[in-house]
Amino acid sequence: MAEHIFPMNRAVAGGALAAATVLALTVGPLVAVAGRADGSAGLGPADWAALRFTLLQATLSALLSVALAVPVARALSRRRFPGRAVLVTLMGAPFILPVIVAVLGLLAVFGRNGLISHALGLFGLPPVNIYGLQGVVLAHVFFNLPLATRLVLQGWQAIPSEHFRLAASLGFHKSDIARVLERPMLKQVLPGAAMVVFVISLTSFAVVLALGGGPRASTIELAIYQAFRFDFDLGKAALLAVLQFSLGAVAVAAMLALRMPDAGTPGHDRPLVLWHGQDGAARLVDALWIMLAGALLVLPLGAIVARGIGGIATMPAPVLAAALRSLAVSLGAVLVGLSLALPIAFGAHALGRRHPVAAGIMEAVGTLAIAASALVIGLGLFIMLQPLGDPLRWVLPVTAVVNGVMSLPFLLRALVPAVARIETRFGRLADSLGLVGWQRLRHLHLPRLRRPLGFSAGLAAALSMGDLGVVALFADGHQATLPLQLYRLMAAYRMEQAAGAALLLLVLALALFWLFDRGGRIGAET
Amino acid sequence: MLKLDHVRVRRGRFTLKADFRLDAGAITAVIGPSGGGKSTLLGIIAGFVAPDAGRVLWGTDELTSLPPARRPVAIAFQDNNLFPHLDAFANVALGLRPSMKLSPDEKARVKRALERVGLAGLERRRPAALSGGQQSRVVLARLLMQDRPILLLDEPFAALGPARRHEMLDLVAGLAGDTGATVLMVTHDPADALRIAGQTIFVDEGSVHAPRMTRALLDAPPGALAAYLGPA
Repeated sequence: MAEHIFPMNRAVAGGALAAATVLALTVGPLVAVAGRADGSAGLGPADWAALRFTLLQATLSALLSVALAVPVARALSRRRFPGRAVLVTLMGAPFILPVIVAVLGLLAVFGRNGLISHALGLFGLPPVNIYGLQGVVLAHVFFNLPLATRLVLQGWQAIPSEHFRLAASLGFHKSDIARVLERPMLKQVLPGAAMVVFVISLTSFAVVLALGGGPRASTIELAIYQAFRFDFDLGKAALLAVLQFSLGAVAVAAMLALRMPDAGTPGHDRPLVLWHGQDGAARLVDALWIMLAGALLVLPLGAIVARGIGGIATMPAPVLAAALRSLAVSLGAVLVGLSLALPIAFGAHALGRRHPVAAGIMEAVGTLAIAASALVIGLGLFIMLQPLGDPLRWVLPVTAVVNGVMSLPFLLRALVPAVARIETRFGRLADSLGLVGWQRLRHLHLPRLRRPLGFSAGLAAALSMGDLGVVALFADGHQATLPLQLYRLMAAYRMEQAAGAALLLLVLALALFWLFDRGGRIGAET
Repeated sequence: MLKLDHVRVRRGRFTLKADFRLDAGAITAVIGPSGGGKSTLLGIIAGFVAPDAGRVLWGTDELTSLPPARRPVAIAFQDNNLFPHLDAFANVALGLRPSMKLSPDEKARVKRALERVGLAGLERRRPAALSGGQQSRVVLARLLMQDRPILLLDEPFAALGPARRHEMLDLVAGLAGDTGATVLMVTHDPADALRIAGQTIFVDEGSVHAPRMTRALLDAPPGALAAYLGPA
């Protein structure tokens, strides 16, 4: 092949530079933090309890999300009803929903003054308690059940309809279909899906900050936050950071080894006609599962909108200022994310022709952020910036950089296969026309990457908009982003203003996603 | 004169050997069963496939290690010849200058090329808004714009019906006559070869047979070619 004679050196160099930057941004801070550890601290019993709780909540969240996803996905795969498409689309929403907003919505439904507690009160029963392990797991299931459902649903839809037809003509019973068709598919899909949820729950911070806490429900992330923010014990924070990173690295390695199912893009939803499960009992069970999943999704979102509309009018000025800061941070994060993701995607592709292993490493480095904790990166960057004077000046830029790096896995996930597709279809034509470097980027890649670029940039923007991580470590009143401002209002029990701020944050995050995604679609040719 | 001098390419268990020369300005058909090495042969000349041994020569210039864009070669593939996000004018303009920054004079040349292939007035259409035959004409206009002395056609008209395909072949013969290009075109249909190609190369199981007069070759095909063509 031509690439043997003409390696694309510039693309490879650019990718290597970007990957090295990511490595410096993820491992560098870890080293910086570790350098501050004096070794005298050691891990106390509370830290071991945090480790146990971290693993426990992540395991429970993963198992519960996946276990519930199976009946919901089966119901969705074999039922047609009005609103089904909307529900499937809505299942993509929690992913870009600001965590702290979702927590507020969950409180409105499951909290002491929430819908369920009120309903229980009518029967003279005590209100439910959302704080602690159950609350953390509930929130994680809220976020990840839709994701797991979509993964499993795709598994169902990947079974060729001919197989179901064949099963029908062979007179398969429900148990035969399960044994021959469904269980093998689930065996392939479920471990990967569970691992994704596990990793997401492992590094979840805002949920635990809001719903956990106390010695019995503290994760390592929260312990890092407390060690730094309240005790200013850098040594302890460093030790915990190393622990968190190792945990994440092991989990990500396991995830990659499990061959991930493809989350795909939204709207990827073919109808499937089944010849089983058409009896009344099955219909009823399916209907119940769909309603349950729908309610878990819609009630908290509805509560935010319903309560927020009243609060919007009374929004204090600091909230609006925080919203502007969040917008700036979000756009900065998209810029950082794309300027790292694009070179890595091109570099990995150019490298992949001759050195598939090296290309894999380049891509894996870009994905390293899944394992890294945003808090650890942020903390490390601050320690590294300390010689430059007051590190608090850097709060917002550092937050943008960290968010950009954290969005890399999603960006790469969308861009790497897209670049490969473009090169497969048009690489030779472009070579023969002498389209190289900037010309190739401008006339071939950018026009054809518009959709995945818009979609993934939208994800990055929304995630960054709603992120309550690094900024919580350092920001004072003058630098708060909207999620942090919202958290403070909640902590001060100014719930009406909090609801207003939550609605504003929700609208901004969704609008950012919509704008980017839309921008990528308009005029884009497939 | 295009010369492949003891060229050998090995890909796994497949080996292709080629050793022949073509006169400048000739139109040559390449015929043979699928998987026999026709596309590999064109890939070697275009620079997409690096030979393990041997040399590719154009006159006295050695092409063997030149990148595709720096060879005196323009190529049309079986499909994906046009960028679907660019209109006909831009797709043709790419043949002149990858930056697509054209002087007024060059713009006029692109327009003339489109007129020459019968696409006047359709400059702003994207490929999706053109018929299969019109898309092929855009490809030809670009080949014309590239103005390279060697033209390689790897079955770009395979998806067209016989009538359209014959139109295209005649257009190719006309364009090659205008520019004096040396044409090498892959085809499955002996009628295509008879229509415009004075000579034909038979490629089978990795061996590239030396070119022979098309009419003579098809009238008295040797064993492997006779088997490929089937009973007359």
